[in-house]
Amino acid sequence: MAFKNIFKFKTLSTAVAAMLLFATTTVMAEAPAAAAATADDASTTMWTGVGYYVLLFVLLATIVGIVGKILRVYDLTAQIQGKKAINWNNIMGVLCIVFLLAGLYGSYWEFTEQGTMSLPAAASIHGVDLDNMFSVTFIITVIVFFLTQICLFWFLFKYRGSDKRKAYFYPHNNTIEKIWTVIPAIVLTVLVITGFFTWKKITNTTEVKGDINIDVTGHQFAWELRYPGKDGKLGTKDYKLTTGTNKVGVDFKDKNSLDDQIADTLVVPVHKSIRLNIIAQDVIHSVYMPHFRVQINAVPGLPTYFKFTPTLTTNEMRAKVEDPKFEYLLYCNKICGGGHYNMQKVVRVVSQAEYDGWVAAQKPYFNDALKKELKMADAKQPKALGQNRLALNN
Amino acid sequence: MSTLAVHDHGVESHDHDHEHHHDTFISKYIFSMDHKMIAKQFLITGITMAVIAMVLSILFRIQLAYPEKTFPLLETLLGHFAPGGRLAPEFYLSLVTIHGTIMVFFVLTAGLSGTFSNLLIPLQVGARDMASPFLNMLSYWFFFLASVIMLSSFMVQKGPASAGWTIYPPLSALPKAMPGSGEGMTLWLISMVLFVASSLMGGINYVSTVLNMRTKGMDLWKMPLTIWAFFLTAILGVLAFPVLVAGVVLLIFDRSFGTSFYLSEIVVQGQVMPYEGGSPILFQHLFWFLGHPEVYIVIMPALGISSEIISTNSRKPIFGYHAMVYSLIGISVLSFIVWGHHMFVTGMNPFLGGVFMITTLIIAVPSAVKTFNYLATLWRGNIRFTPAMLFAIGLVSFFISGGLTGLFLGNAALDINLHDTYFVVAHFHLVMGSAAIFGMLAGVYHWFPKMFGRLMDEKLGYLHFWLTFIGAYLVFFPMHFMGLDGVPRRYYAFTEFPSMARWLSVNVFITWAAILSALAQVAFLFNFIYSIFWGKKTTQNPWNSNTLEWTAPIEHIHGNWPGEIPTVYRWPYDYSKPGAAEDFIPQTVPHSQTMSSNLVHDFEDNEAGLAAFHEWVKANPPREEVK
Repeated sequence: MAFKNIFKFKTLSTAVAAMLLFATTTVMAEAPAAAAATADDASTTMWTGVGYYVLLFVLLATIVGIVGKILRVYDLTAQIQGKKAINWNNIMGVLCIVFLLAGLYGSYWEFTEQGTMSLPAAASIHGVDLDNMFSVTFIITVIVFFLTQICLFWFLFKYRGSDKRKAYFYPHNNTIEKIWTVIPAIVLTVLVITGFFTWKKITNTTEVKGDINIDVTGHQFAWELRYPGKDGKLGTKDYKLTTGTNKVGVDFKDKNSLDDQIADTLVVPVHKSIRLNIIAQDVIHSVYMPHFRVQINAVPGLPTYFKFTPTLTTNEMRAKVEDPKFEYLLYCNKICGGGHYNMQKVVRVVSQAEYDGWVAAQKPYFNDALKKELKMADAKQPKALGQNRLALNN
Repeated sequence: MSTLAVHDHGVESHDHDHEHHHDTFISKYIFSMDHKMIAKQFLITGITMAVIAMVLSILFRIQLAYPEKTFPLLETLLGHFAPGGRLAPEFYLSLVTIHGTIMVFFVLTAGLSGTFSNLLIPLQVGARDMASPFLNMLSYWFFFLASVIMLSSFMVQKGPASAGWTIYPPLSALPKAMPGSGEGMTLWLISMVLFVASSLMGGINYVSTVLNMRTKGMDLWKMPLTIWAFFLTAILGVLAFPVLVAGVVLLIFDRSFGTSFYLSEIVVQGQVMPYEGGSPILFQHLFWFLGHPEVYIVIMPALGISSEIISTNSRKPIFGYHAMVYSLIGISVLSFIVWGHHMFVTGMNPFLGGVFMITTLIIAVPSAVKTFNYLATLWRGNIRFTPAMLFAIGLVSFFISGGLTGLFLGNAALDINLHDTYFVVAHFHLVMGSAAIFGMLAGVYHWFPKMFGRLMDEKLGYLHFWLTFIGAYLVFFPMHFMGLDGVPRRYYAFTEFPSMARWLSVNVFITWAAILSALAQVAFLFNFIYSIFWGKKTTQNPWNSNTLEWTAPIEHIHGNWPGEIPTVYRWPYDYSKPGAAEDFIPQTVPHSQTMSSNLVHDFEDNEAGLAAFHEWVKANPPREEVK
């Protein structure tokens, strides 16, 4: 009976293998032919390709089925002959140890190989604090990770089931439970307190004075930059004034706005406190500059800001990561639509002298097209403008 | 009828006359009011949804691994969603969105809680059925309708919702912002309202059944941990889900009736919109007020299931039963005051961020206690590796790995750089995705005999476990490092950034690992379906388990037990008790029958019993002296 089973499956598998061979040869034969053929042929090739993989899977499944049957037959014959059946507890216990060893090596490999691919050390002042916090958390979690996983899989192997043994009845032990409630609580208190103060230090930046204010406005799918000009002050905005030429809706009644400048690249001087004033026009975006450990959402209707001080110029970073093409980037990190995956701005950190030269060369926001548009609007609605002025005087 | 039966189950007057009760096909299999059948309906619908969501994930994994390649098959299957054999960027986002929605709500909330709360609450507390069988039936059919509507959004011209499973407005509120925010989004919202209705009906039922319909002797501290977990989960759901409905209804108003609850100062594609005064952040508060308890709604039933399975298969009482219950309660309470950790970088007041950070990290304490208690349960056990046990162990392993990375993300300072990167993807896929799905699979393997009267094949179960377990780690472990390099989630392709393009080989690797794990599920599906019809017939108590459900007959009957409902005398974890003949003592065995194994501890609130025990000890000198 058992042999019959094997035989049955052997014929089946031979049949499948033959089919597979046939399919492969068909695909192989058709592949070169299809290259020069019409679209119809392309679709046939597609389907034979699909069929090839389906057959491959069927073959795999059949092999699994055969192995299963063989195991079953082995078990049954062992039972008939009065021998011991396969001890799956032992097999699983050993597999647990194998998994533990492979897993330990695997995670070590990941930490060393891919861990080095992660971001270089922070290029901003607050980023250093953040990195320290990260290291503390990392050390604690990695220790716990290895200890608990080793315990888990070691216990599985050590205490794998056997008919000869009985488990140890051990429903609770208040002392042990108190210990392992208190220890995590202490460790977490350390993490909470250090984390809280790091967070406070990063977000509470009012003491730092003399920021360079830069306006960052997000919309699908680009960032608009506005520099404050010579007066160092950004003009106010009103979203209702947004037009094709006045892209971010600057209000030119505010004198501060007249010398504002637009830029294509976010250029900032090194060692200076930079304040990014952030808003979005259509949907939520997120200003993400991972090298500086900067991220804050750009929300329509809710202005946000992030203050940071870059410490490494682009050139210094290029030398550090040994990549002459390296650029700092600002990119969107909140799902915002079809173009979300490509919404980036180059950020360049330069010396103060370079910055002064660069900023002088930037175009004014209040350009000729805008002036013309504004004049036309003035001519068109003198009354309305007059009313506005009246309102302002009030 | 069944409620009455509980209160006077001493009187033998149940109206369960099987001769007079004729089930038609429709009343037995479709509009069934029997909790066991409803559990099966939830399970099979849940598994179907899981397979669909898994296929969606493979589709977008292929895009991530081969962003430049074309697959003519995709165009054949998906039409204009994959022009020229490449997924459209908007459709990629739809796939991500629907994958997340289905997995979180339809599989791990309804599929998990719906299946096992329905199956186990009446059977493990000793009730004839749920408190309200009719509401229970409605709960399933609302869920079914919600599933159908969610899937039907693939038939809409502009495609399904695509603003991410968190559907943050204004992206989800403005049809102009992306195609998926058109009719697809409307369907998503309708589906979700129905889903919440279903989940509330279920939750109220679970809570009232646990509170009111326990059998004689089943006090709260004799309930299995599964019941504790389902009970607390249901409370979380009842308190949290209505807030989501509120948020969703306001979003429907913004989308369809011109209100501006979430919208303010918006300019879409150069056009100034009239919305003023709303706040997009308000939606995030409402969403995460549900959203964070939701992740515990997902993981707690899985933790309950694994506690039961680990104890049964280690042949040892669960270590620190009380601590396990208190940590579940602690997690439940804390889960309501941590939602702000999803919003550290929204521009929320930094002080508030600090407070949320403190509450978030405190949750790690009860979670750590649970983990240590699992390990202590395994220690010196006599571990029987059933497939259910392996999956429960897999859950513990994932819970550790994924839980630890929560300490990074819960820290507001570290979250600045990790928020919305692949680190987050790795974190929640391990701790709530993989862990919860492993809990669910463990439950399926363990209670399959209870549901279908047959056993699943163990060897196929082993194959399924190892492939899935290894596959899941291979998929999610490398993602941590992508996140540490600042690679954002929900990116259609990493081709536009040279710094991210170097992760392409890792993406290819992850995709193949995902395909491997997906194929491994075929072993499960085959095993599941085959065993329903042709599996080996089970015995009444195949795992030598203590809980009440195994005292019910294999053949399903209305009211679960013929004659009286069994009375409960002890807690459910008397495994390998010294002095007992067997290595398990079911809950229905009174202490008077197990004198040789009784402990003083067993009579904490039973003075008469304690006196009888002391007399017996005097009469029978301790066992060690006999030896």
